[in-house]
Formats: sequence, structure tokens, C-alpha cells
Amino acid sequence: MNLEFESQDPLVQYCLLLADNVLILGQRLGEWCGHGPTLEQDIALTNFALDFVGQSRLYYQYAAEVLGNPHSEDSLAFLRDVPAYNNIQLVEQSNRDFAQTIIRQFLFDSWHYYFLEQLQHSGDERLSAIAAKSIKEVAYHLRFSSEWTIRLGDGTEESHKKMQAALNRLWVFSQESLNPADYESELISKGIAVDLAQISAKVAQKRKAIFEEATLNMPELIPFFGNGKKGLHTEHLGFILTELQYMQRAYPGLQW
Amino acid sequence: MSAEEWPLFEVFIRSKSGLHHKHAGSLHAADATMALENARDVYTRRQEGVSIWVVESKHIAASDPADSDAFFEPAKDKIYRHPTFYDLPDELKHM
Repeated sequence: MNLEFESQDPLVQYCLLLADNVLILGQRLGEWCGHGPTLEQDIALTNFALDFVGQSRLYYQYAAEVLGNPHSEDSLAFLRDVPAYNNIQLVEQSNRDFAQTIIRQFLFDSWHYYFLEQLQHSGDERLSAIAAKSIKEVAYHLRFSSEWTIRLGDGTEESHKKMQAALNRLWVFSQESLNPADYESELISKGIAVDLAQISAKVAQKRKAIFEEATLNMPELIPFFGNGKKGLHTEHLGFILTELQYMQRAYPGLQW
Repeated sequence: MSAEEWPLFEVFIRSKSGLHHKHAGSLHAADATMALENARDVYTRRQEGVSIWVVESKHIAASDPADSDAFFEPAKDKIYRHPTFYDLPDELKHM
């Protein structure tokens, strides 16, 4: 049974966008548990997964409060189907190898950090508090993924090749985070959502600097933004939700 | 480069209440920067520390357990090296 979900409240849609981004990325990183290239990286990636799941809860709780009964953070995470998810398409892309995971992470972090920096000044006190709490974790994420992008991009011939291939593949998903959805634009005009136009230069600059240091070629920008924010997803999200939501689907209302 | 080829680092952590860094364990890393980040991820997940030192294990000179008799045994019967060995007059306070 899917959650009856018809709220068009832009604030709810925006909270879900922010929550879904980090929940899905957290779930993806969690897949590395026990499979990391070294023990230390295994722990680092699963630490990030927990950071992200923790962040998602803050947004879901807020959305659930705005929606009121019978919604809860759990029902929002576990009972919505693919088209009701608002995450950008980047975060649902599969892990493949460590290079692909690192590029995906850097493309996310290099947006996420500057995004939260601005969200701290949101006219919505709750969102601004969540941003202030999250940005400390995210500052470390950005440091980690920048470091590894440089290390592997400017590493061996083999690591460089894998990183360039990852960048070429994932680049198409790199701009969606900077392109506002309708509900986002509405909140931007009210001073609640982050004005993405204001951070896009910083994001581009950071990416350019790190890719240059990593000796990676930044592909040409192409006019494709992805439509994850509107609920249109790549083939991956359904599989992620199948795993993520299994317990609540099989045993509705299960608690532990 | 495989993890087996990465050098070993020793990790020292200073806890919030601690005055000095204590040995927390060791890990492998390609260089000191990575060692610091790895140490942060592996050894400070439960708020164990506010400061981290890492040093490549090969830079630590250690005493040889085989030398322990020569190194440490002679101190055993020299309890007069502890201040508590001496009786102090009552007039001396705050010692």
C-alpha cells in the first residue's frame, strides 16, 4: 500500500527534495558496508551513510509536522513510491567501483556544502537550523571526496583512467542540483529556499579547481538537467526503494 | 597501489578531558594526510577525541622486550626514588 500523497505544498515538496537526496545517497553508500577497498575507507563511507540518514530524518520530521497526522518521518521514507521521491538523479546512480562512488560523492558534496552555507540564512528557522547542524558533517565530506578525487585522478595511469571514465559518465547528472524545480522557485522568491543562481559560480569554481588538480578533463556542459526533482527517475531508484522499504512493505507497521 | 604496500601509522588521540595524547592504535595509509583522515574515521567516531597525531610507525624507536631486565629491573629495589619513601615533618604542608 502506498502512502496517499497529494500534498502540493511547496515547503513539503522542498523538504522531501532535501531529505530524499541524502536518504538515497546514504542508502547507496551503505551498500559499501563490508565491501570497501580498505577497512578505513569502508568505515569512512558508512560513516557518511549514517551522517546522511541522520540529516534526512531532520527534513522528514519537519515535512511530517507540516503535513500533520497520519504522516511521520517513517511513512514518508518507507511508504512513498518512486514518482513521489524528489531526489536528484545523481544520488541514485549505482556505486560500481570506488572511482565512480568518489566522483558521485564529489559532485554531490561540491554542491551540498555551498548549498547548506546559504540555507543557514533561510527565512525558515527550522531549515536554517538543520543546515547549521549538517554543514559541519558536510565540510568533512567535501574534504574527503576532494582529497580522493585528486589522489586517484592524479594517481596511477589506471586510477586516472577510471576516474575520467566516472566523470564522463556522471557529468550529465552534475547540473540538476543547480536547476530549480517549480516548487523550489516559489520558495526562492519567498526567501526560504536557497537561490541556486547565487551558489552556482562557487560550485563551478570548486569543481574546476579540484578537477584541474586531479588532472581530470571536465566534459562540456550539455543542456540536460534531469528531472528527479519532479519525480522522474532513472531505472535505479525502484531497486533502491525495493531494498530500503522491504520491511515496511512486507510487515506493515513493523517496529523494532 | 594496494593496501598492503601502504605504510603503517600509529595514531595518538587527545580526549576532551585528557591532558596529553594517548596511543589509540594503528592504521595503514598512503601518506600523513590520509592517515589523519583515516584516524578521524576509525578512531574518533564515538567522540573519543579533540586532537589527533599520526606518525609513521617506522619513525618510532622502541625498547626491545629482550632488554627489559637490563632496562627496567634495576629500578625495582630503589624505592627511595619515590617521594613517598621519605617521612616529612608535620610542619611541612602542601607537599
